[in-house]
Amino acid sequence: MTPTPDLTARATGPVPVGSVPGHRAGSSSRAGQPGGPATVGRPVLEAPDIGRALTRIAHEILERNKGAGDLCLLGIPSRGVPLAYRLGALIAQVEGSTVPVGALDVTMYRDDLRLRPARALEHTELPPEGVDGRTVVLVDDVLFSGRTIRAALDALGDLGRPRSVQLAVLVDRGHRELPIRADYVGKNLPTSMTERVHVLLEERDGRDAVTVEKTTAATPAAAARTGADDE
Amino acid sequence: MRTTPTTTGRYVVTGARVLGREPTDLLLEDGVVAEVGPGLARGRAEVVDADGLVALPGLVDLHTHLREPGREDAETVETGTAAAALGGFTAVHAMANTDPVADTAGVVEQVWRLGREAGHCDVHPVGAVTVGLTGERLAELGAMAESAARVRVFSDDGACVSDAVLMRRALEYVKAFGGVVAQHAQEPRLTQGAQMNEGELSGVLGLAGWPAVAEEAIIARDVLLTAHVGSRLHVCHVSSAGSVEILRWAKSKGWNVTAEVTPHHLLLTDALATSYDPLFKVNPPLRTGEDVLALREALADGTIDAVATDHAPHSHEDKDCEWAAAAMGMLGLETALSVVQEAMVETGLLDWAGVADRMSSRPARIGLLDGHGHALEAGAPANLVLLDPAARRTIDPFALASRSRNTPYAGRELPGAVVATFLRGVPTVLDGKLQ
Amino acid sequence: MNRHLLSGADLSHADALLVLDTAEELAQLADRPIKKLPTLRGRTVVNLFFEDSTRTRISFEAAAKRLSADVINFSAKGSSVSKGESLKDTALTLEAMGADAVVVRHHASGAPHRLAHSGWIRGSVVNAGDGTHEHPTQALLDAFTMRRRLNGDRPLGTDLTGRRVTIVGDVLHSRVARSNVLLLHTLGAEVTLVAPPTLLPVGIDAWPCTTSYDLDGELAKSDVVMMLRVQRERMTTEGGGFFPSAREYSRRYGLDRRRVAVLPDHAIVMHPGPMNRGMEIAAEVADSARSTIVEQVTNGVSVRMAVLYLLLSGSTEITEVTA
Repeated sequence: MTPTPDLTARATGPVPVGSVPGHRAGSSSRAGQPGGPATVGRPVLEAPDIGRALTRIAHEILERNKGAGDLCLLGIPSRGVPLAYRLGALIAQVEGSTVPVGALDVTMYRDDLRLRPARALEHTELPPEGVDGRTVVLVDDVLFSGRTIRAALDALGDLGRPRSVQLAVLVDRGHRELPIRADYVGKNLPTSMTERVHVLLEERDGRDAVTVEKTTAATPAAAARTGADDE
Repeated sequence: MRTTPTTTGRYVVTGARVLGREPTDLLLEDGVVAEVGPGLARGRAEVVDADGLVALPGLVDLHTHLREPGREDAETVETGTAAAALGGFTAVHAMANTDPVADTAGVVEQVWRLGREAGHCDVHPVGAVTVGLTGERLAELGAMAESAARVRVFSDDGACVSDAVLMRRALEYVKAFGGVVAQHAQEPRLTQGAQMNEGELSGVLGLAGWPAVAEEAIIARDVLLTAHVGSRLHVCHVSSAGSVEILRWAKSKGWNVTAEVTPHHLLLTDALATSYDPLFKVNPPLRTGEDVLALREALADGTIDAVATDHAPHSHEDKDCEWAAAAMGMLGLETALSVVQEAMVETGLLDWAGVADRMSSRPARIGLLDGHGHALEAGAPANLVLLDPAARRTIDPFALASRSRNTPYAGRELPGAVVATFLRGVPTVLDGKLQ
Repeated sequence: MNRHLLSGADLSHADALLVLDTAEELAQLADRPIKKLPTLRGRTVVNLFFEDSTRTRISFEAAAKRLSADVINFSAKGSSVSKGESLKDTALTLEAMGADAVVVRHHASGAPHRLAHSGWIRGSVVNAGDGTHEHPTQALLDAFTMRRRLNGDRPLGTDLTGRRVTIVGDVLHSRVARSNVLLLHTLGAEVTLVAPPTLLPVGIDAWPCTTSYDLDGELAKSDVVMMLRVQRERMTTEGGGFFPSAREYSRRYGLDRRRVAVLPDHAIVMHPGPMNRGMEIAAEVADSARSTIVEQVTNGVSVRMAVLYLLLSGSTEITEVTA
């Protein structure tokens, strides 16, 4: 049987070339999400900066864990997933062997489900090796209140029992609301609550960049409701 | 409108447009219209200023459910006739499906007496055709005819006299005292469990259909029986375009057949069932827009003789539930004239003389009521209604005089308002208020 | 999505795909060690069943429990309902108990509609089958099953454009047929209803589907054949006398091996259950590889989870979902 995809159904953008496995292009549907290469706000990281940051994080992960032996990288949709695959590729370059990479959707574990419109679920895909007994590195684009990571830890706990869990983020913008910190940070980016951080990635958005936009939203929750960062 | 208080019991209605014509005055005295003409001497009479109001002969309803005895929680003779007076009626026919059923002289006399005591309008009980409305054997029609209630209209309304032999016998039997059989035309097997008009919507809504043919088949049979035995038939609440065609044919043959249509079948359609709100559940059911137009046309050309309300009060519990569990029927007395104004007068199909004919004269003739339905001329009984055709009112179920609230027009704006009703020269309603 | 799910027509194309895609993700849960999500923790789902239907009730119950909702089963049998308590009073009781969602099965068409729109309760109402009206979650699980079987292992985002679905049986009394016609039409499928003329409702010409009295003429072009349950009582005089005998029905409208042989290779056979083996469907057909009958039951839980999640999460003010 050949599937008959309805091309009009979820046409939120063209399918990027080289889209990562297990990741649905254009599947996210939140209003206000940067869906194209247009720059919103002040650029803080350009493509080469992002590349260097990820390379450094890949090395730090290997250094901290003394190799890639039990590693498993889990990206948090949507933009954590391509980042996880990039880190996996970088680690493989250094180590010469592949690292299991997957995606972990945390939607059903969020603590703000009642406050926001129901959202489509993203795909969760664990590598065949599973997570039991492994060192899982959660990968996300922006660390903000910490609530997404809290949800990710709960989701992970229902999937298995990792030996340890670490966190890698491209940008840490501060304003934590929970006792959570990242093990690997691409860039610490001091922001005010009224600012919004946009992460653009080649795989989804056609180019790499991080920008900061001024808004009127004053809290992470309010920012989230208006469709801000991938927090 | 103001009245000048005196104590004579004489009224001069000034400036009324009788049947919508030029303004004139009417003197009401000793229960009759004593004089008609412009600029009548007022003398010691109370003056009823009817400037801008239309005067019609008091309305006559051939089809009212007063619910007493048996369901006094839904309506009583007192509340039902109050509603009738407020709607401009001076006579109503009280249907027989009470508990106990009005199938004996005793019950019809009781209802008749309750009507006299209430005094809001004349109550003419309808006698059941068959004992207990069960369609098995004739009730004592003669005894009811000879009783104080002088019953002339017989009906099993709510149930159809579906047995052809029994219907034939009833038609024959009532000839002895000039009676008429008012048939609730509904073939029972074709309508088992029926919930709404059978058509496009019943299929979509998953509600068992009440096909128009179940009405038309009985009407066709009954007009033929009527012709065969030379009797008189009245068809209750005609609801379909097909029924109109059969009636038109029967009348063209000169057969003694009359028919009524309800106000709701002149205005509302089955599309209202999509709400699943049982306020719109009625028997026969609301039908399609084409049926509504055919019924209006038939009322206009006289194929349908009369508007009859089928005023059917139901308690809140019987309507505030799921569709299938709900009782069938809707209130009608207090909105009938307004609905007819909207459906027939404002559409140009009937003038006020036509309304008087279909809501007073003809129903009075069908029911053989000597004291009602007369033209407002000198010497006629002083039964009349004054209405303000320019008024518009939004129907509030809680402002109705009926004990029940099941009006399908709740929240709807309707034209016209009854300002006064006189029964034999005595106001039952003045300034829109019950006297 | 609307606040309630009462009819197959309540779902736009985007809504329907959102439910199906969400269900697709939730179906993965079955392979996980912990088959439970915390999503609806602290929320109450009431299964209000005025009619016996163990299958549908346990499907909704499993769905709600896998989302960590508190589930209250309220069966009319043996309760105050059978002692004459009205739908309204029952609803007021549920409201007092703080039901966030009421899953209602009722013998009267439109009862869920009344529950949702009469102001008796504030929660979401999910129609779990009302009289001879609709059964929208059955239609969703049917569409979900078709999509999986016909559109491949990862059918996300796809609809059923151009697929030919033949629904056979007692359409007149079938809530499954009504909901399926509406939903499958939304999803682009071409639906044909096949039944003896006595079992097709008046006015069916206006439905977004075609009709036929001849099953054999439809089989060769069908991607899906869905057999509806036909109650044997329908042939009796008291039951309406809709067809002369079970044998004649089975011969003209039953799906047996001979008829299945005419189907295209990829075509699937569905049945919402419970089946009358030997009446509308031969046992060997029901148990064949084409049959999706067991999958339909499994898929029912995923689809109902998706429906409960989408109706109950999210703010009450913001109901617009872009997809």
